Amino acid sequence: MSVYAYVVAGAVLLLGGLGIARSRNLVQAVVCLFIAQSGTYVLLLAIGYQKNAPAPVFGSTSRPTTTVADPVVQALALTDIVVSATVTALLLALTIQIAKRHGTVDPDELSSLEG
Amino acid sequence: MSRRVRWWVLGVGLAGVGVALLLAFLHLPAFGSSFHPYRDLAVPASVRHGTANVIASLTFDQRGYDTLGEETIFFGSILAVVALLRPSEEERLVRQPDSTTPLQATRLFGYLLLPVTILVALNIVAHGALTPGGGFQGGIMLATGIHLMYVAGRFRSLEKLRPMVVFETGEAAGTAVFAALGFAGTAGAGYFLANVLPFGTFGQLLSAGTIPLLNVAVGIAVGSGGVVLLAQFFQQVFLVTGDEEKPS
Repeated sequence: MSVYAYVVAGAVLLLGGLGIARSRNLVQAVVCLFIAQSGTYVLLLAIGYQKNAPAPVFGSTSRPTTTVADPVVQALALTDIVVSATVTALLLALTIQIAKRHGTVDPDELSSLEG
Repeated sequence: MSRRVRWWVLGVGLAGVGVALLLAFLHLPAFGSSFHPYRDLAVPASVRHGTANVIASLTFDQRGYDTLGEETIFFGSILAVVALLRPSEEERLVRQPDSTTPLQATRLFGYLLLPVTILVALNIVAHGALTPGGGFQGGIMLATGIHLMYVAGRFRSLEKLRPMVVFETGEAAGTAVFAALGFAGTAGAGYFLANVLPFGTFGQLLSAGTIPLLNVAVGIAVGSGGVVLLAQFFQQVFLVTGDEEKPS
């Protein structure tokens, strides 16, 4: 079935979203966001895949040819990974601050805004 | 909003996104097909510039401007983490002795793998234009490899191994060199991040023009940035509030 790989990507995204919603701990929510974002890596690499085509890296044994996996989406996946790693670091730093200020990392107990 | 209503809203939202995604997926080119128009343009462009690793050509040559943006996002988020996790007025840093002693085997592997990891990381940065890898991948390996000293149970040795001023400077310098190479492209060929250096022989270490230099710049920036980032989280262990302060 040709859409199977794409469906996996969509499922990872939705499961990550579900995880964020049902999480009772902000660290877990951050990890779930990372998982949701991983769905985009699967989607990008699935779009770039071609049957029986090698990686787009050439050398002495693999002469340049255009019959390779799509390098454009692979470069985009690299950008995607860097951005999601920095977002994760930033959110974890915010979680540490929230834990210090409010003494809890349960989103349900953080309902009131404090000035 | 009650918990029950929240779950219903979530369920409807997720189902809606799922259906929309599925409808979109049905219109995508079939999985594994030979229809890749961007690839058909990117691969010849990479070969023309003597770059064996097409992904490196895309990252640093064809989409170099995007990568500078990506590098800036990395830089900015580290600045934000440093700002968020700096000691507040009522907190102070207390040096605690290394309390736990890891297994002998863990320590041995920490010490043995530290130089190996650093060497592999440098290799990955240096061959970024030829083989899979590059500045981002090698830089993260460098940053985490240094922390094998922590796995080996020596936080104090780790601190000696990573004088913060060196890595803070390295992060800024790496990003600055990337931008400087961009302006060198403007001066040499009329547009930002133009690949102005000779392309060399395809598949040789010094080929692909500016790409190896950009890889080294990114490797320094990401490696140093990663160390600075992890140091902020490590510092949290040694922070105590003024109330719990005890004379040591």
